[in-house]
Amino acid sequence: MSAAADRSPQAERRDEGLRFYQTGTFAVGGRLLAEHQRTVQSQPRRPSSLTKGHRACQGCGEALGARYALDAALRAAGGRLIAANATGCLEVFSSPYPESSWQLPWIHSLFANAPAVASGIAAALRAKGREDVRVVGQGGDGGTVDIGLACLSGMFERHDDVLYICYDNQAYMNTGVQRSAATPPGARTATTEPLGGHPGNDFGQGKSAPLIALAHEIPYVATATVAELHDLEAKVARAMEIRGPRYLHLLVPCPLGWGSEPSETILIARLAKESGLFPVFEAIDGAIHAVAKIRRQVPVREYLRRQRRYAHLFADGGREDVIDRLQAAADRNIVRFGLLEGSAPLAGDLLGAPAPGELDDLSGAQAP
Amino acid sequence: MAEQIEASVAIATAVARCRPEVLCAYPITPQTHIVEALSRMVRAGDLAPCEMVNVESEYSACSVAIGASAAGARAYTATASQGLLYMAEALFNAAGLGLPIVMTVANRALGAPINIWNDHSDALAVRDCGFIQLYAADNQEAIDMHILAFRIAEQLSLPVMVCMDGYVLTHAIEPLELPSQEQVDSFLPPFAPRQILDPDEPMTIGAMVGPEAFTEVRYLAHLRQQEALDAIPALAQELSERTGRACGGLLSGYRTSDAALVVVAMGSVLGTLEVLIDEMRGEGLSVGALAIKTFRPFPRAEVAAALGGAARILVLERAIAIGAGGVLTDSVRWALGARQTPLHTVIAGLGGRPITRRSLRPVLEAAATGGLGELHFLDLRQDLVDRELARCRSSARPGPHAEAILREIGIVGAGPV
Repeated sequence: MSAAADRSPQAERRDEGLRFYQTGTFAVGGRLLAEHQRTVQSQPRRPSSLTKGHRACQGCGEALGARYALDAALRAAGGRLIAANATGCLEVFSSPYPESSWQLPWIHSLFANAPAVASGIAAALRAKGREDVRVVGQGGDGGTVDIGLACLSGMFERHDDVLYICYDNQAYMNTGVQRSAATPPGARTATTEPLGGHPGNDFGQGKSAPLIALAHEIPYVATATVAELHDLEAKVARAMEIRGPRYLHLLVPCPLGWGSEPSETILIARLAKESGLFPVFEAIDGAIHAVAKIRRQVPVREYLRRQRRYAHLFADGGREDVIDRLQAAADRNIVRFGLLEGSAPLAGDLLGAPAPGELDDLSGAQAP
Repeated sequence: MAEQIEASVAIATAVARCRPEVLCAYPITPQTHIVEALSRMVRAGDLAPCEMVNVESEYSACSVAIGASAAGARAYTATASQGLLYMAEALFNAAGLGLPIVMTVANRALGAPINIWNDHSDALAVRDCGFIQLYAADNQEAIDMHILAFRIAEQLSLPVMVCMDGYVLTHAIEPLELPSQEQVDSFLPPFAPRQILDPDEPMTIGAMVGPEAFTEVRYLAHLRQQEALDAIPALAQELSERTGRACGGLLSGYRTSDAALVVVAMGSVLGTLEVLIDEMRGEGLSVGALAIKTFRPFPRAEVAAALGGAARILVLERAIAIGAGGVLTDSVRWALGARQTPLHTVIAGLGGRPITRRSLRPVLEAAATGGLGELHFLDLRQDLVDRELARCRSSARPGPHAEAILREIGIVGAGPV
């Protein structure tokens, strides 16, 4: 963080080597920050892509994430932005006509084709010489990681000028909480009941869309959560400075599907990151150059026990074996991505891992 | 002036003269030569400003066209067979959104068994997707129908499929007349979209519609296709005045006015039929042919009128509605209304089997005299079928028909079972 023009107490403490962890990350309004460092949402004249009246559930991480991400993209694009949306919760709760909440040009075509529709829009704009207008494609984890993956991969490899945002709530929430390829092991969904010895969703399945995106060596890949909105906005802003395919994978807790308190959406997203279960990183041109460091790793059980989708792990004697495996997965991420302060990603174990000494710290303490 | 040219290249040139802005396609036989030619033109800069998007599937091809069209660009794609079915979901979506995409379908059979040759199974399988469907009888008509298609599509805000027989038409090299750039420009004004994704006037496109309005939205789509029944002949006439030749339309009759037997068909088989009809007329047989050029919307009243004088009707089907009979037959029967004209369905030319005059003649003769059944398969090898049925009865696990029949006729070098 660069020194603010005014000498705030925080800036002075920082200069003394103190870190002010409540600044920049968890304080949404950011009134402790210098003007230029404040969030898009704190601006009185902010753009508003997704306005009031939509039908998202209380505490919906996706509604929050979409608004922050698209508002940041709108600001970066000078208000000249078109969105292509996959079928899913975001589409359904925002657009039961005539009650559209979208304040930007927005099209919903199908479940699987949002990246291709976005590519088509980008191609049209290029043909028309309208490169001032930018394009965002977006969908949930089902529309992105499962049914839309082929279209997404095609959009990546053709180098189409689209920012694609996946709002990952880790299951098919719109159809009633069924498993997707982004559902984590141990999670109960309507199709991964913890029956017959199954731990909830089975281990050894699923895929990482961010790492798949990274393998395409596209100009920009990042993960983020709705807990760190400065980080999210900063990543959208950086992505919008780049032309070509860009991928942002945003973790958005779903109180309905996860069985969490609507008031704890932000907390749970933060715990997903702070436990190591959801690595937050940023990669440019196929190489990870920054990860959000974890100051103190939170045990995964702190994250799990707040969600009823994991309740079976704690009931009737519990499933310590499953919790241990989830802890091991988090620990592996910690090592693999170099999530703890002072560590670096494992070059031999992670695609796009940087050379030692080339890693920036994206953690909330130092962002944006 | 006609030039000797491969039809696919001629189609690509005709599309190019329509000044498309976004082209997108995934390669599938026998559509490939069309998009290869267009790709060359785009790469050479001949079509600028025009973008060519080489997508990873037909599903994406139609989806890219959807995005491009919604963003106000004139969009074109081409496909065939499995590719058309692979984009089926997007076809319904493009039509439902009212996006005037133009698509060539190089008609080809559907598997299994996999088959790359011509019939109409592909386009007829998606006949109700909401696209207008035009069927070209020859390559000159295919060229003209593409120019017509962009105008129809944009005037009505509906997507149009131009269906032309794979190989038989697409790969033929023959003298063809290409409308000049000036002729096309005077006929096809720049695309003025009815709806557009524009930051200056933000619009939500593709919202959810419940039971309160879905029927009305669907009815309006039907109504717009009904409008096409008036627009297509008018626009075809307008194009004809520029080119000096007939340019598509709803129907065309060949010696039908006094024909006792009228053969109804679509596509390139009309050429064979016309020659055969001339022969049979020379022998005093009263036969004519009715070409359906626009299958969606189905020109019901026009078909009824054209068949008004027929004592018997033979519908020559280039696809089979398995378990039912013929697709075109159903529509013709519907057009006839209460009239009880005897009607024969002949399934012909599946998977590229040639439809010859020699095979057709006895069938037409039988139909003319009432000696043909309701459903007939042209050139069906009944001996092969009987032997295969016997083989299947003799074994608990007889395996697939396709491979067994190929062995039987010795096309592949397979040994004994």
